[in-house]
This record gives sequence, C-alpha cells and structure tokens, in this order.
Amino acid sequence: MVVGKVLRVSGPLVIAEGMRGSMVYEVVYVGDDKLIGEIIGLQEDRAFIQVYEDTSGLRVGEEVEGTGHLLSAELGPGIVGKVFDGLQRPLSVLGSLIGPFIKKGVKVNSLPRDVKWPFTRSSTLKPGDKIEPGMVLGSVQETPLIEHKIMVPPGVSGTLKEISPDGDYTIEDTIAVVDLGGGKLKEIQMMQKWPVRKPRPYTKRLEPVEPLITGTRVLDMMFPIARGGKAAVPGGFGSGKTVLLQTLTKWARTQLNIYVGCGERGNEMSDALHSFLKLKDPKSGRPLAEKAVFIANTSNMPVAARETSVFLGVTIGEYFRDMGYDVLMVADSTSRWAEAMREISARLEEMPGEEGFPAYLGSRLAEFYERSGRVVCSGSPTREGSLTIVGAVSPPGADFSEPVTQNTLRYIGTLIALDIALANRRHFPAVSWLMSYSLYVESVERWWRKLFNDWLQVRNEALKILQRENELMEIVRLVGPDALPDDDKLLLDAARMIREDFLQQNAFHPVDAYSPPEKTVMMLKAILEFYHEADKALSSGVSLQKIRELPLRVKIARMKEVPGEKFAETFKSLIDEIHKTFSELIGGEKK
Amino acid sequence: MTSLSVKEVRKALSAKGSLLFVEAIPGIQYNEVVEVDLSSGETRLGQVIDVSKEVAVIQVFGGVGEIDVKSVAVRFKGETLKIPVSLDMLGRTFDGLARPIDGKPEIVPEEWLDINGAPMNPAERTPPSEFIETGISAIDGLYSIVRGQKLPIFSGSGLPHNRIAAQIVRQARVKGKEERFAVVFAAIGVTYEEANFFMESLKKAGSVENVVSFINTAASPVIERIAIPRVALTTAEFLAWKYGMHVLVVMTDMTNYCEALRELSAAREEVPGRRGYPGYMYTDLATIYERAGRIKGMTGSVTQMPILTMPNDDITHPIPDLTGYITEGQIVLSRDMHRKGVYPPIDILLSLSRLMKDGVGPGKTRDDHYQVFMQLIAAYTEGQYLRELSAIIGTESLSEVDKKYLRFADLFERKFVNQGEYERRTIEETLDIGWELLATLPEEDLKLISTDIIRKYHPRYRSKGGT
Ligand SMILES: Nc1ncnc2c1ncn2[C@@H]1O[C@H](COP(=O)(O)OP(=O)(O)OP(=O)(O)O)[C@@H](O)[C@H]1O
Ligand SMILES: [Mg+2]
Repeated sequence: MVVGKVLRVSGPLVIAEGMRGSMVYEVVYVGDDKLIGEIIGLQEDRAFIQVYEDTSGLRVGEEVEGTGHLLSAELGPGIVGKVFDGLQRPLSVLGSLIGPFIKKGVKVNSLPRDVKWPFTRSSTLKPGDKIEPGMVLGSVQETPLIEHKIMVPPGVSGTLKEISPDGDYTIEDTIAVVDLGGGKLKEIQMMQKWPVRKPRPYTKRLEPVEPLITGTRVLDMMFPIARGGKAAVPGGFGSGKTVLLQTLTKWARTQLNIYVGCGERGNEMSDALHSFLKLKDPKSGRPLAEKAVFIANTSNMPVAARETSVFLGVTIGEYFRDMGYDVLMVADSTSRWAEAMREISARLEEMPGEEGFPAYLGSRLAEFYERSGRVVCSGSPTREGSLTIVGAVSPPGADFSEPVTQNTLRYIGTLIALDIALANRRHFPAVSWLMSYSLYVESVERWWRKLFNDWLQVRNEALKILQRENELMEIVRLVGPDALPDDDKLLLDAARMIREDFLQQNAFHPVDAYSPPEKTVMMLKAILEFYHEADKALSSGVSLQKIRELPLRVKIARMKEVPGEKFAETFKSLIDEIHKTFSELIGGEKK
Repeated sequence: MTSLSVKEVRKALSAKGSLLFVEAIPGIQYNEVVEVDLSSGETRLGQVIDVSKEVAVIQVFGGVGEIDVKSVAVRFKGETLKIPVSLDMLGRTFDGLARPIDGKPEIVPEEWLDINGAPMNPAERTPPSEFIETGISAIDGLYSIVRGQKLPIFSGSGLPHNRIAAQIVRQARVKGKEERFAVVFAAIGVTYEEANFFMESLKKAGSVENVVSFINTAASPVIERIAIPRVALTTAEFLAWKYGMHVLVVMTDMTNYCEALRELSAAREEVPGRRGYPGYMYTDLATIYERAGRIKGMTGSVTQMPILTMPNDDITHPIPDLTGYITEGQIVLSRDMHRKGVYPPIDILLSLSRLMKDGVGPGKTRDDHYQVFMQLIAAYTEGQYLRELSAIIGTESLSEVDKKYLRFADLFERKFVNQGEYERRTIEETLDIGWELLATLPEEDLKLISTDIIRKYHPRYRSKGGT
C-alpha cells in the first residue's frame, strides 16, 4: 500500500506527497488519528484528499496511508431502521460507545457482525445451477416489513457449488459457494460491498409509467412524481421542504424509504427518528421505521461527508431496488452538498464557475439524479424495481435563478416549487401551482384512468381555474372585486375552495396527513361539481349572495377530516346534496 | 505525542488584516493555538488556519495592527483553543476569550474545554418539546418556544429587540417546574450602552447570579468576535451537560459576527460568495447555532436566542437568510408595527416557530392551542389582504364579512399582540384573548378549528353556562 506524508492542511483539504500509485477516489487514512479521507485529485506524487473528519491537530509530515479500495457501502441485513452518518458509521451504536458527541478517528463496522439472521434459501436452487449476478439466493425477514433478499453480488457468475441450509447466520458467514470456472471458487456472504460513487448494474431500464402515490394531494393530483422518477423541491427557508420530504417518506406507497439529512438540522433528524418509530404504516400498522433507513450528516458535522451521505443514500436505494422493491430516497438538502463541493473546490484553487461553484456542479448533480429509475433487475427471478429520488434545494434568498436550482432543473421530471409567500400565509404545502410542473402527467395518466377515467380532465380544469384566478386577481388589485362580473366572482370563489379545501393539507393532522388517491380525486370532483352547479344556478338568475351563503360550503371545507375508508359514502351524499340544493335554488328562482 | 520543547518562531514573513504568515517549522498542528509576543510586551492569542511545509497562516485575535513582523515571537501551544470553565462563572463577566473583565479574580477552572465543542450525535438527541412560557402572547400563542430550540430575533436598527429579549429572559419559565436555570449572555460588537442595558435589566430581574456574560463591544478587537459565540456556547454546554442546568443563550448582534467573518475571509483573499460573505458562512453559522438541544438521558438543555439586525430590513440578506436556514424558526420584528406603536412589534406572517407543534396541545398548553393559532393566523392573513385591497379601492365596496376581517386585524394587533413590557400573560389568558377575537368573525368561517373545540371554547357556548 502507498504511504505518503502530509504536506499541507487547509480545513477539510489535505495535500499529501509521496502518493504515487494511488488512485482517484481511493480511501486513505490520514495522520496519527487515521482520519478517513478520499483522494479527489492526483498530480505527480501529490494527492489531494478531502477528509471526512475534523482535521484539527493534524501536522505536516504525518503519515497518509492508502487502502487500495474505493469508498464503499456495506450492504446486507442490519441496515433497515438504522441511522448512519455519511461514512455509514452507525450513529445509534456510536452513542453507546463514545457518548452523545461525535469524536473523530472512531472506527466502527457499519453493519453488526455478531447478529445472526434467519436465512431462508430460495427453494428452487440446487448445486449445479447456473449463477448470475443479482440472482436471489434466499432471504432474511429483516423487519416485519422488509424481506431482505440475499443476492449474488454484481460481477459473480458460474455454477452453484454449495448453498447453506436454512438457519441463522451472521453477515460474514458463507452462505453459498460459486464455482467461477477454471478451478476458482467464490464464497458468498450475506453482506456485499459496493463503491458509493458507482451506479449498481441492472438488466434494463424501463420508462417510469406509474405514479408514486404520496398521499399529498397537490402532488398526486397536480404534479405527480413517477415511480423511478426524479423530483426537486426548491424553496426558501421555512417554505416546507423538510416537512414535505418527511411526509413523502412517511406515506408514499413504497417498500422502503431512505431519508438523507445532508447538512441540515440535528433536531429535525431526531424528530424524524422519533416520529418514524411512533407513526404506523397505513397498510400494515407497523412502525414506519421498519421500512426506513436514515442517513444523517448534520450541518455541523464535517462538510466533506455531505457528498458521501447522498451517494451512500443512493447506493442503499439501488441495492433495495435490485431486490425488486419500489424505493424512495429523499435528500435534504442538495444545496448543502453543492456548498461543500464549492468549499473543497475553492481550497483546491480550481477555477470557480458561477457564484463560486465548481464547473462540474451540473455533472455531479446529474450523476446523482441519473441513478433513479425503474428497471428490470439483474438475475433471476425476473423482477422490477424502482428508485425514486426527491431532492430539496435551498436557494439563497429564495431566488431560484441561482446555480444549484438551475442546474437541478436540467435533470428532473417533477418540479415542486415552494413559494415562500404561500408559506407565510400558512398555505401548506406551499407548492406553487403556477411554477411547478410534472413531465410525468401523460405517462401516469394510464394508471389513474383505471381508478377515474376523468382524472386528467379534473386536474386540468382545476389548474385552469387557478390560472384564471391569478389573472383576475391582477384586476382585483387594481379596481377591486366589485368591478368583476358575477361569473368571474364565482370563479374566484371556486379557486379559493380549491386552494383552501383541497390543496391545503396539514402534514400533522391525524387524518389529513395522508389522503388516499381515491379520496383525493373525489374531493376535487366535489368542489368542481359545486362550481358547475353554482355556475348553472347563476345563469338561471340565482344571486351570488345566495350561493355564498349555502351551508353546503362548510361541509365541503370539512371533507379533509373524513377518513379515507368512509369517504366514498361522504362523497356520494355530498354530490346528492349539491344537486338537490341547486335544483331547489334554481326552482325557487323560476317560481 | 507532544514534544516538550516549545515550538517557537522568532520572525514573521508578513502580516495582513488579522493574519500573520510565518515560516513553518516541523510539528505545527492545524487549528492549534499560538501566542504572539509583540515587541511592546503585549501577548496576543492566535490560531493556525492553514499549514504547509513552508508557511503557517495564523489568525491573530486582537489583529495584527502594531505587529512588527521582524521582531515578533510566535509560540505554538500544541492544542486547540480552550477556555477554562467552572460553576463559579455564574454571576461573572468576561471578554470574548473568557478573561474576567469585572475586576474580580480569575476563576479556578474545573475543566478546560475546546471552544469548538463537538457535534452532537443526532441519534442521541431528544426532540425538544417542553413549552417555555414567556408571558408574551404573540410568542406563546403563535411562535411557542421549547427548551432546546434555537429561535433567533430578526430585527432592524432602532427596533426594540433588546427590550423584547430582556422581557423574555425576565419572564420565561416552564410550567410547574423548579429547576436550575442559567442565562449566558454574549454581546458581540454592540455598543457599551446596549451591553449595559442587558446587564442592568438582568440585575433588576434579580437573576444576576444566574447569568454569565461575555462582552465584546464595538470598541473591542473585531477578530475576537469570531471566538465569542463559541466561548459563550462552550460555557453554556458545560453548565447544561455537566450540571444539568437549563441554559438560555442570548447572543447579540450576530450581524457583527458575520461582518467579522467577512473581514477575515477578505484578508485571506478567498473568493467571496453572495454580497461578499464567504461561501462557507452557512456551515460556519451552523457550527454555532447547532449547539442547542437536548440529549437523551440528560437533564439539562441549551436554548438559543441569537439576535441579529437585518441590513436594510432585508430578510433575504445573507445574514438573516443563512440564519433562517439553520435555526428552528425566527421572530421577525416589523418597522410597520413599531410605527403603529405595537409592542412587541412582531411581524405576524414572517415569524415562525418550527418546533411549536411538539410543545403545545393537551398536557402541554391546552387542547385548543394549535387550532386557535392556525385560525388566528389565517384570519389575520385575510384581514391583511383586505387592508391592502381597501387601501386601493376604499372600504365602501367591501362586504360586511370583509369589514369584520378588517376589524379583526386591527383588534388582533392592538389586543393580542400589543402588551406591556412588564406584563406577563399566562398561556390560558393568551388563548382566551384569541377566542374573544375569533368570536367577532362568523362562526362558520372558523374552518381550521374542529367542531368539538369550538363547542368547548367559543365564547358563545362558554357564556351560555354549561361548561
Ligand atoms: N404541510 C404542512 N402542514 C403544516 N405545517 C407545515 C407544512 N409544511 C410546512 N409547515 C410549517 O412550516 C414550517 C417550516 O417547514 P420546513 O421546516 O419544512 O421548511 P424548510 O423549507 O425545510 O426550511 P429550511 O430550508 O430552513 O430547512 C414547519 O415547521 C411547519 O410549521
Ligand atoms: Mg428544511
């Protein structure tokens, strides 16, 4: 192994000499404390190293040791429900080892080596079978919600020589032996390692065509995210990015969720950990933590590790995708990662691009978002999996023209733009219906059509009303609402109902936090039905005042509180009541 | 590890801003403390902020003014910047580097602690949830503070942030608890009068023996402002984690801290970020603001209330912007409310407490709290919108209901938000005022309050006897 010496220390950047023979992205141990670092550049015998731990106390001349391998994630049973830092150190275990504060130079295994997991082998497998990468050898019921498939690691193919019987094994016990041919044998353990910067292989990429049902109305109805798609959530401070991302990881219909806190608050992370233990998965009634993985590199932890935290999250996401699961990974906030890149780049004295960000900002973001997707997984049995990525963006001064937001827009399919003005008015989620878009609308429509054949029509009409509202409000601001004709006034009322009674959704309300897709569509249909009928009534001569006084409106406003199971009934009686009320009104007018 | 021979360099290569460049000798540690002896006999502290085989860059507290590079002695201490801490610091006043400035003797240290602290393991935190009653309706009712939160005040020049902060410090308490509490106060580059105002008002509240003060006034060395928040927080953490105290840290004015950071960055010739502030200011501020919270299995807590003035009242300026991206909400002061004579002049819509939801509700404050809060804000928002509208089109064309909202907005500012500087309202009083105001609106408009809560608290049902 290469051993060099520290030549210069500048914050998280260390330059070492005598490093000839190292490779870029190789993990190195820096100094007497063996701080973990990664080589990010090589020049003759000099290595430029970003160090993932505090470099205070490091001296020129201390040793830098190469390891010969790339920064990798440990993948295997023991990962679900856990909290890791950006280097995949298990934070829950660190607490009992070193106390509540993080110290540098601590080395712990990512996954526990002493736990024995109940392994069930795939019943069809027998010695002599052909082995290919990704093939499922068996599984471990890791939590009541996750059946952890044990797969042949990428790159291994041959014939099965041995497979262990069902039983309890540690992740380092050999559970299968593969004859690679040419007399070479490969022992397979339940744990595999994979370099975090490298996408994991799959057989084939598929178009994302199904919506990721999130339970958040404004997304499911207006700006859908596809399974295997990618979305970004830019918004100023306090606009609701974190709440939205947490809501997605709580309620989205997936098999596994990964929550990456990248350069954000410690209390938020702790709140997520606690609420995922308390809240129950709507389908199984089990704690949400049983289908979640947390990665926390808070804002006060070493900046360089922000980058590893997002790549670690994606790698874990791909690994579960490979099992044939629908996985969601959220990263809060990609801007903090971009800022870490900027800081390292500045210390490397690279030529700064826009606002000091390195010129490779865009390509790095692309590398990240491009790892999302819906795929046919490698190996048998044939299965499909998906990894959906949603990244928060924190633009300075809530100004979306800045480089991170702009570069992100180039790679994503759904833009969920949060408007701080809406947040200030406590319109939550503060998703701007004027700025947001989804490129998946057309492709997910097929799925929706099976539930409601008019999903797209309902969606488009509601959006149109909101757009029209926006135009009319310009007039109102100049001359007041009185100048508008009654049908425009009614449209404003309808727009307001859509905003307040449909789009607004309190993430902390016991019932409204999750809105099932059927309820979502029916809610909007009820509002539009009211509007259509009211519009008819108006043209039959019913006064706007009378329509505004209808107690029916209070019922519509309280639809949110009705639980999903009961909603079909409520909807039916609401529609009946709407028809009855208006025909009475119109009838009264005709007399 | 440490060699006994003291490492010393007897000459500097050059000096600039607050930086000293010296020829590197073997064994210099990144971030270690140095003592810089001037020919005048004065000794200044410094820190190594970059070291290579040839050169070490030293940031000198007190600046490099009056330093003669040819006759300076730089001694490397082999450790990071540490301060002595002790329980006896309570009731005492120190400078930005924790040296006593109250004329009393040096403290006898119980421990020496690194001023940078260590990041708290997020998995070892407990989510803050204990409601702090400040007696100020706007804060308790709408932006509830909980123990372990970091909630800054965004102010503007001439606005009464100091009076509000002093009132909070005076009145804050946690219901039904008699626990050890302390206040750590850091004055960062403020005028002597401002610093004195705080010390006096704390004295008047009779709590001076619970207060540790660190003072860096406008006349003190700029570079010490980099250290002072960290020194204050190190002391706060010591009191919280070692002695189980509930510590409230008030730091004013963080804008001066950021200016010092910018100066330092300019001296290092770094590529400036937005409006000249360094690109790493978010991270730097986070290493300060994140030092708040609660820890599993420990009694104490650190709650932070940093104060900053927004340059030009601009909330998108990097200082409030980056702060808002780190803290758990913000109390924003409004010049408009101030002009109207409302005290505390809080901007209702721009202010926010993100941890409120965990600290209010049944068993904590009252079961109607969260819903009343949501409804008050929604109604005030409507009133504000109608105000703007009627400024253009007059009030004549407004409907009766609209006029109710206009009146509500006025009443809300005058009765709910406005209160005396020495007035202490309980949370029940606060919520009851809220109900009184909501009762002026049509009941069917109270969509954000559930029917059972309306039945329980709406004055209409309450006055009819029953409950
Ligand atoms: N859907 C929602 N329902 C109710 N309240 C919400 C919702 N979304 C956001 N909020 C409120 O807005 C506050 C701020 O939201 P959040 O913390 O998600 O902002 P953010 O965009 O992540 O800000 P930052 O960039 O500073 O982290 C929350 O604490 C909560 O009070
Ligand atoms: Mg956030």
